[in-house]
Amino acid sequence: MPKYLLLKHYRGGPEPHHPYPPMDQWAPEDVEAHMAFQHHVSELLEENGEYVDAQALTPTRSWVRYGGPDAAPVTTDGPHPETSDLVAGWWMIDVDSHERAVELAAYVSSEPGPGGEPLCEWIDVREVMWERPQTTEAA
Amino acid sequence: MIDEPTRRLDEGALRALVPRVLAGLIRRGEDFDAAEDALQEALLEALRVWPEHPPRDPAAWLATVATRRLVDARRSEAARHRREEATHAEPQPGATEEGDDTLFLLFCCCHPDLSPASQVALTLRAVGGLTTQEIADAFYVPEATMAQRISRAKRALRGRRLDQPGDLAVVLRVLYLIYTAGHAGRVDLAREAIRLARQLTLATEEPEARGLLALMLLNHARLPARFDSEGRIVTLDRQDHGLWDTREIAEGVRVLQSALSVQCPGRYQIEAAIAALHDDAASAEETDWPQILAWYDDLVALTDDPVRQDPAAVLGRAVAVGHVRGPAAGLRETDRLREVLGDRHRWHAVRGHLHELDGDLPAAATAYADAARRATDVAERDHLVRQAARARAVDTRRSNT
Repeated sequence: MPKYLLLKHYRGGPEPHHPYPPMDQWAPEDVEAHMAFQHHVSELLEENGEYVDAQALTPTRSWVRYGGPDAAPVTTDGPHPETSDLVAGWWMIDVDSHERAVELAAYVSSEPGPGGEPLCEWIDVREVMWERPQTTEAA
Repeated sequence: MIDEPTRRLDEGALRALVPRVLAGLIRRGEDFDAAEDALQEALLEALRVWPEHPPRDPAAWLATVATRRLVDARRSEAARHRREEATHAEPQPGATEEGDDTLFLLFCCCHPDLSPASQVALTLRAVGGLTTQEIADAFYVPEATMAQRISRAKRALRGRRLDQPGDLAVVLRVLYLIYTAGHAGRVDLAREAIRLARQLTLATEEPEARGLLALMLLNHARLPARFDSEGRIVTLDRQDHGLWDTREIAEGVRVLQSALSVQCPGRYQIEAAIAALHDDAASAEETDWPQILAWYDDLVALTDDPVRQDPAAVLGRAVAVGHVRGPAAGLRETDRLREVLGDRHRWHAVRGHLHELDGDLPAAATAYADAARRATDVAERDHLVRQAARARAVDTRRSNT
């Protein structure tokens, strides 16, 4: 069965379907509903036997590269253009097909936003590459 | 994995024997690394055999089986290298004090040359008697990673002299690290840390060891009230005191009093005293903040430059100042920490709390949102987002009326 990452972003990706303010500016009951939905998604995936992993990332980012022999690593903490991608977290799922991954991603994106309306957040669906012993000859 | 039927065996009692047996082997001159491996094998064997054939003297049984493993290992090694076969007499388990053994082993596992992560892993295995799988689960890492961490730590100890007294301060720090790592899966690390700290207090008269045990107990007592049924954080001022574990509080207070009677207060005793005052309040409004502030004054006085050496204590004190002398005074205290803690979520969260206490809800909401952005724990992040949203909503309602 193929595995997929359903990635959520702090920023980046296609033009938002409709704009919304940061969550700390939502009505408290909308915040509750949104968070409850996230838990519900994990539970649902576990019940379905499709859950592999879920993680959240902090928004702090450092870019690092080798600085050369005897030199310290070169780092940059930004500023980065507001349009650059910033991953917020993911679910990793193990599903029957790409169609199922898309279906689940759309469900994740139906999460309630301000006023309880679907947020329609863009979800980045990425297939995880296999690493397995070759039991058949490559064609 | 331990399967169900053998679970009937009292695993707690079995694991309590680990320090005594392991210390006996090492004291006899066995290598720490090999002795620990041999004992793990003996423990697995015990889980298999004891339900049917319980031993008369469990510790002696474990020592004998572990020794046999050591001899076997040495034999096969000898055969491999075509060396002279080493033979060892069967052990005569010495009648050493159990407490001494625990302390001796803790000093081995918390050797200052090891990294904190290694000290924690080794302590849980060699003193706590947990399996590598259990420790790996508790820290959310693959078993192979934890196995490697443990064997590297044991390798690092090879050839080190392990007969000198170690640094008790390091041991206390390692136990506190285990406590704060919380719990996951089958193993509750907080409980395990309390168990180990209790063993430690039997081994040393040092009041700080009792201070640490008291601190853990007094905090752990509030754990059942700290999260609601949805896993949301419930702050101290909103907790249902009926959910607090009064037995643990009573034990914590008793242990703390016996430590304080030595008249040699250290940071764990002081932090435990502060925890005891929170536990003692019938409601949040009745919290004895002046007394808490007095303890914080003692805590920051332990270091020469508390802002740099113990910023967490200065931040905790700022909250107490806010409650005793007013939020503005508390906020001024946090200003001193801006340079050191300005990038930590807790600094912003405390300022949010103090602004809220001051009635400045827009500033509180901004501080909570800043804190949420810096949080590294999902439950805390969610809590801070809620705090921000709540402060904003109350402010909007207020300005609409």
